[in-house]
Amino acid sequence: MIKIEHLTKKYGERYAIDDVSFEVADGEIVGFLGPNGAGKSTTMNIITGYLSSTSGKAMVDGLDILEHPMAVKKKIGYLPEMPPLYLEMTVGEYLNFIYDLKKCSLNRREHIAEICRVTKIEEEYHRVIKNLSKGFRQRVGIAGALVGSPEVIIFDEPTNGLDPKQIIDIRNLIKELGKNHTVILSTHILSEVKAICDRIIIINDGKIVADEKTENIEQALRGNRKLSVCISGPASSVLSSIKKINGVTYAACSVSYGDGSSLFVIESQNNVDIRKPLFYMLAQNGWPILSMQYLGANIEDIFISVVDESEKEEGGKRK
Amino acid sequence: MTAIYKREMRSYFTSPVGYIFVAVFLAVSAFIFMDCTVQAGDKSNVAAYFMYILYIFIIIIPLITMKLLSEERKMRTEQLILTSPVSLFGMVFAKFLAAFTLFGGTFVISSIIYYIPLALYGTPNAASYICSVLSVLLSGAAFIAIGVFISSLTENQFIAALGTIAAIILLINISLLNNYINVEFLRVIFSSISFAARTEKFASGILDYASLVYFSSMTSLFLFLTVRAFEKRRWS
Repeated sequence: MIKIEHLTKKYGERYAIDDVSFEVADGEIVGFLGPNGAGKSTTMNIITGYLSSTSGKAMVDGLDILEHPMAVKKKIGYLPEMPPLYLEMTVGEYLNFIYDLKKCSLNRREHIAEICRVTKIEEEYHRVIKNLSKGFRQRVGIAGALVGSPEVIIFDEPTNGLDPKQIIDIRNLIKELGKNHTVILSTHILSEVKAICDRIIIINDGKIVADEKTENIEQALRGNRKLSVCISGPASSVLSSIKKINGVTYAACSVSYGDGSSLFVIESQNNVDIRKPLFYMLAQNGWPILSMQYLGANIEDIFISVVDESEKEEGGKRK
Repeated sequence: MTAIYKREMRSYFTSPVGYIFVAVFLAVSAFIFMDCTVQAGDKSNVAAYFMYILYIFIIIIPLITMKLLSEERKMRTEQLILTSPVSLFGMVFAKFLAAFTLFGGTFVISSIIYYIPLALYGTPNAASYICSVLSVLLSGAAFIAIGVFISSLTENQFIAALGTIAAIILLINISLLNNYINVEFLRVIFSSISFAARTEKFASGILDYASLVYFSSMTSLFLFLTVRAFEKRRWS
């Protein structure tokens, strides 16, 4: 659906994004993750045709944004970082204005009523946007992006400024949208992408540093999987049995407790899940598992380590 | 494009700007008209009215153009418009047309009304009257285009307004510099740029094609420059 090839944008001598390439499939929800100033908004502004790239291509549905701007813009609904609201208009006037602006052909009344329903702003329909709270303004912005039911929806920090209840509502809404639309959203809240997205693209300093399915991103980035298991049984024989399991690269007993149980740290090859064979082996031998968890599995740690690594590399190159 | 035009027209009248524009324009133009014709008795001079009315533009044209694009930029609403299926020229022209509708509508209607007492109590020259209305209308269009252009350069409405005021003063009066300049070719240039010098010709009932082309070219030039200003910002 969306294809980005070697996209580069320079502001003067500074690279806002540098040779970024990725693809987004039809109906996919992709999370764009990165620290502030990493180039998330710039990339989105280029895809939507607000900015032009210095070099490289951005294509939506096979159409280049520079060659067919009208056709591409019709396919995209965009919520920029700051919702583009006309404060003196009422919510209804605003949505109708966007409806006209996008030259929609859906049934005006039903379509706008439907959008207000899913974004929960029905009761604000006749209120002037100036008088709305930040959370409601954000929702009106989201509603605006949905007008015309575009095939691609791009949200730049959609849950910015919302309270926790609203954040959950919006996340559910985005998940719902993902069934019929292709969605790209940017955020620096890590749990958010994990909760919503099928795929995560991490961008730092204008470069893509990771592009993985959400369920794989943790292990893919961590290299070896590190498992911490508490097992009740004779430490030395447990350890030697563990080492025989396929895929285990390292195992050690870190602590032995007084009750006959011990804590083991087990590393396995990337993309091998040893939890099941481990369980069957231990069950066969009658050594119960008391606890099992991944070490450093938390996405925040991964994010920081990835960003740090890419910064180190950068530093190395500069030297 | 029609969506933007409609929104601009509505925003003139949901804010005080439209009303202030119409009120100030009617009050000042009516006063000048009265002073030039009814009060002047035998020396009734419609040409002077159309001359003086250019000077009202210095204040009221910036009033309706200053926020057209600067406000969009400041509130980031331009992001909505520029990512919608509307061409840059469509957007700029819709804005221009909205301001021109407000200005032209007020001016033409007031001109028709002012003609009534002239026709009732005197013998006005209809040809020269119509020529003058046309000339002022086109001058106004050029000033609005300049205002739109300056508004696209800044986020700040007041800077846009001040810039437009300065530009209009300069364009109306640049021929006054001729009093101090003795270089022939500069004088020719200044007289042909000056809006005041050109408006005088229309008052005598001459449909001066050169001036029509000049006013229209100025309008097109500044609308074109506005589009270019947006293009440049997008690429830099």
